[in-house]
Amino acid sequence: MIRTVFAVAAVALGVTAAIAQQDPIAARKALMKANGDQGKIGAAMTKGEAPFDLEKAHKVFATFEDAAAKAPALFPENSTDQPTADDPYSASPDIWQNLEDFKARFAKFGADAKAADASVKDLESFKAAFANIGKNNCGGCHEKYRLKKS
Amino acid sequence: MRKLTLIAAAVGLVCALLWVLTIPATVPASALPPHTPDFDNGRTMFNIGGCASCHATPNKDAEKIDRTRLSGGLALQSPFGTFYVPNISPDPADGIGGWSEADFVTALWKGTSHHGRHLFPAFPYTSYQHMELADVRDLFAYLKTLPPVSGRARRHDLAFPFNVRRLVGLWKVLYLHGGPFRRDPSQSPQWNRGAYLVNGPGHCAECHSPRNFLGAIVASERFAGGPSPDGKGWVPNITPVGLQHWSKEDIAWSAKDIAGFLDDGMNPAGDFAGGAMVETIRNTSKLDAADRAAIAAYIVSLPPRQGPKPPPKK
Repeated sequence: MIRTVFAVAAVALGVTAAIAQQDPIAARKALMKANGDQGKIGAAMTKGEAPFDLEKAHKVFATFEDAAAKAPALFPENSTDQPTADDPYSASPDIWQNLEDFKARFAKFGADAKAADASVKDLESFKAAFANIGKNNCGGCHEKYRLKKS
Repeated sequence: MRKLTLIAAAVGLVCALLWVLTIPATVPASALPPHTPDFDNGRTMFNIGGCASCHATPNKDAEKIDRTRLSGGLALQSPFGTFYVPNISPDPADGIGGWSEADFVTALWKGTSHHGRHLFPAFPYTSYQHMELADVRDLFAYLKTLPPVSGRARRHDLAFPFNVRRLVGLWKVLYLHGGPFRRDPSQSPQWNRGAYLVNGPGHCAECHSPRNFLGAIVASERFAGGPSPDGKGWVPNITPVGLQHWSKEDIAWSAKDIAGFLDDGMNPAGDFAGGAMVETIRNTSKLDAADRAAIAAYIVSLPPRQGPKPPPKK
């Protein structure tokens, strides 16, 4: 059983790495989408629409940590993207004018997610950590670096 | 010869009439009964009014802005040119330190400066005119507690004829009418509070509505979204047309979703707001939960309105 798990994980890791090499835009969108999916789960628990589940809470923060670790490498020079029919969001050219700040934000995001992962124990602590990350990490970065074409 | 005289007289008459029509209105001090300021309420009005968002000393990094230093200086792009936001700190030389209460009420209700000249409606007095007198006075009292900051903003950079202040008088004849908010007795106190906050100090419609060629809100499409007034991006429709079938997941926002969004920027898809709304949420997150709930209750009750279509995605 455990060998299967390792095998699957290795393949997943390899596939992700391969995608990242070939298409950083797709890879970073996938990471952000994963964040968004976890965000929905976190939101449902925060708003009382789903019962609080500690394992799910940990997964939310672990996903954020993963994204924060991998994302900075996925914004090479000349990788600006445009909104599409499916995805109104795109990376702002400001990212490449402020690469230091941009990467620092991911570092902070990862640190905050890690701290949240370590400290979450119940709904109250989850709500506080989730809202803080959402507003200061997600919101702050999106304000400057994410464009939306409605 | 006679005909010429007649024409000259007619032109003179029209000019005189226009002159009278565009006299900047003011509120005299005698119109203000005795009032003890409520500084807490003043702070609430400061937050929902969003004063800091335009008037605080600008910084490339929005998170570094000190909301209490209202030196002005921010450049606001518009179809008419660039406006430079003035200093409203209590500095006596460069800010509002020398203003009387009546001067301040005049500015918010009538869009007239304390020199008796029209203010450009880039300052959203079309919304602030609906604020109750006590709230305006409390806001003034609160502003006076903030630190004085010296320095004047540069003059606006507007194309002719938009730089002719007197002409704003004509604009006001067309678009500035209404006066203080009128309660709807058939609605709950919460709804009325929300309607007041949204249409008065919150001035939400100023971004969330389309504007005509004179820069005035298209009344029939109020809240139905439109191009951002500063030219960057699109501001969404927040009537049920926009909020009940939102995004490709076809989500319907509840009042609870809206109130939560105004607190932490999280939308029902679990994503967090970006763009100009983040700055707005910096303000609304400082309100009481009850005020956010009131705003939300009012927003969900808006009549559905179709607004302009955003430009097609490339």
